[in-house]
Amino acid sequence: MAVVRRRSALPQAPSFSWADVQSLSDAHDEPDWLRARRREAWEIYRNTPMPYQEEEWRRTDYRHIRWDEAERLIQANGATAAVVPAKNLEPLTGAEQGGLLVFVDGNVVRSELAPSLEKQGVIFTDLRTALRDHSELVERRLMTQAVRATDGKFAALHAALWDYGVFVYVPRNTIAELPLHVVCYNTSAGAAMGHVLVVLDDNAQATMQVEYASNVTDGQSAYIGATELIVGDAGNLRYVSLQDWNRDTFEFSHQRGIVGRDAQLDWVNGVMGSQLTKAFIEVDAVGQGANARVSGFFFADRDQFFDLDTQQNHNAPLTNTDLLFKGAARDRARTLWQGMIKSLPQMQRIDGYQVCRNLLLSDEARMDSIPGLEIEADDVACSHAATFGTLEEEPIYYLMSRGITRPQAQLMIIEGFFDELLQRIPFERVRQRLMAEIEAKIIG
Amino acid sequence: MVATLEIRNLHASVDGEDEMILRGLDLTVKKGEIHALMGPNGSGKSTLANILMGNPAYEVHEGEVLLDGENLLDLEPDERSRAGLFLAFQYPVAIPGVTLGNFLRHAINARMKAEDPDSKGIPIPKFARLMREKMTQLQIDHAFAGRYLNEGFSGGEKKRAEVLQMAVLEPEIAVLDETDSGLDIDALRIVADGVNALTGPDLGVLVITHYQRMLNYIKPDYVHVLYEGRIVESGGPELAVELEEKGYEWIRERHEALAHFQA
Ligand SMILES: Nc1ncnc2c1ncn2[C@@H]1O[C@H](COP(=O)(O)OP(=O)(O)OP(=O)(O)O)[C@@H](O)[C@H]1O
Ligand SMILES: [Mg+2]
Repeated sequence: MAVVRRRSALPQAPSFSWADVQSLSDAHDEPDWLRARRREAWEIYRNTPMPYQEEEWRRTDYRHIRWDEAERLIQANGATAAVVPAKNLEPLTGAEQGGLLVFVDGNVVRSELAPSLEKQGVIFTDLRTALRDHSELVERRLMTQAVRATDGKFAALHAALWDYGVFVYVPRNTIAELPLHVVCYNTSAGAAMGHVLVVLDDNAQATMQVEYASNVTDGQSAYIGATELIVGDAGNLRYVSLQDWNRDTFEFSHQRGIVGRDAQLDWVNGVMGSQLTKAFIEVDAVGQGANARVSGFFFADRDQFFDLDTQQNHNAPLTNTDLLFKGAARDRARTLWQGMIKSLPQMQRIDGYQVCRNLLLSDEARMDSIPGLEIEADDVACSHAATFGTLEEEPIYYLMSRGITRPQAQLMIIEGFFDELLQRIPFERVRQRLMAEIEAKIIG
Repeated sequence: MVATLEIRNLHASVDGEDEMILRGLDLTVKKGEIHALMGPNGSGKSTLANILMGNPAYEVHEGEVLLDGENLLDLEPDERSRAGLFLAFQYPVAIPGVTLGNFLRHAINARMKAEDPDSKGIPIPKFARLMREKMTQLQIDHAFAGRYLNEGFSGGEKKRAEVLQMAVLEPEIAVLDETDSGLDIDALRIVADGVNALTGPDLGVLVITHYQRMLNYIKPDYVHVLYEGRIVESGGPELAVELEEKGYEWIRERHEALAHFQA
């Protein structure tokens, strides 16, 4: 018998107020332009209902969030980098690091940049410092191009109330060879509104990894974040994002890459943690010849719910986007991937590819994939696919026939499933660590 | 005691099916011996190989299989492997994301762990040396160690990789299921040399093949013919030559005449 579940109640809204926005601006003595933007965003937020029945949200039930706990803005309590797990702080490579920026509860506890990068004019700092020292750069780019307050209820809330963030700027014709590393770690329950703004000027290059994690807290959390990756003409950005929030966190995030003419964005997004994640992950190929590769891996267990909503926008001719997501679900976990490739009219010779591969590890888990195309051009090569599989007996038998035990064989096959994606992460140590984390999830 | 694989009165089908593929098969392979098993397409040769290895897709209805007196049919495939049995698959499966090297290292470590739970496994440099040595011997490009297992391998590459696994794992009884098929003459020689390098008093081999060709390189002590689920002929190497010349038709005729006579 099909069970029709009716939603009895509309989602509750958090009780943020205009006074919260004002006091945030006052506390940081924010410039007028930012106050004006926050006001505008607040108006949008106020006039937008909590998302509920619209297409991108109707499969995502987040009504079990307890806003009375999750809306309390997390305050720094004096904790230092000492509270951050060693694995998150471990350098990305054995060689020299480009920079390290660590936030604990939104407070900057470490901010380092290699002198060589500093000399090149690379900016790698927290957003508040950037507001002070590089005001024009930030004003021009912050939520004007990539993520906007109009993108949705949570984007508007973020725009009105973001309270900490990262700012990266790589000047024209500059190659930032050494990797930049950001860790956002929370120690208490409540709301966090982190922002990442990366700007690569024309013909600039950078490699960067951002990690999100939190320790076990009593009480729920909400991460209402935004990530903006702006790659100028002929630029090249390799960006890795790893999310491992505690199991009481609800993430609502908007992430968007803008890729300029002949530029390249290689973006890897890993989702392992949280109670519920609703992430909008989009790339806009805005310049002719722009290239974007978007990779995602996720592994949901117990009662986790991940909803990853991806969009590849071809806004210029001769653009190429390639999206591969791979995920696994076990226990009673649920995952959803909704993908869309869009083009503006008359964008010729575009090439868009999207595929999501799902590995179901229990009968009670559920995985859905909904690919889509909205193409208004004719000289296009677009394809999409979704696959679903379980652990098959034949490969297990093959591995066992060489003396490998059944649990080990299963582990190897699941790890093998993810290997292709992990190989896209440019840091060997990080790959190994993620393998261990996947292993931990498999073994439970 | 000499390691011995004894198959007695084996009746088997595809799991859940009633129709028997093997119907009372008897065969004994001792360490140090090379046996060839021949038979027409679909006669059940691979079924036998997979039942020996413990493929859950097949079901044993009657009979027993002993390795050194121990009942193999009670063991899981990994336990059979660690007990000294090896199967070179006719159709090895591709496993994306698992490299050949990593896979073999796990296979060796599984053996070491079974013997000593505290074992740390084979040290990487030692393993690398072993792999290099065996790969050179089988003329396999060393880069194959880093390739995903059987994925995108050509038919011949898969067969060589199977023999590589055998060389690394050093079984006591090896079943080679059509390891010659799909190999050109050079590759066949390399694979046969590889197998021959392993044969001797410490290894018993059951070579399953369609063609006598392979048996020019791997010289069998005994040749058996599988027909309608049973061994219907056994003899020396000359039997393989006879089959090559006359085909399987005479086996069928003789077998039917015999069946008729018995009835
Ligand atoms: N997994 C299976 N599912 C269904 N039928 C099977 C399966 N395996 C074997 N059979 C059937 O059992 C019979 C014996 O097959 P088997 O593969 O053992 O033959 P073979 O002697 O190895 O043939 P070949 O010379 O082609 O390799 C065939 O009729 C085959 O179709
Ligand atoms: Mg066969």
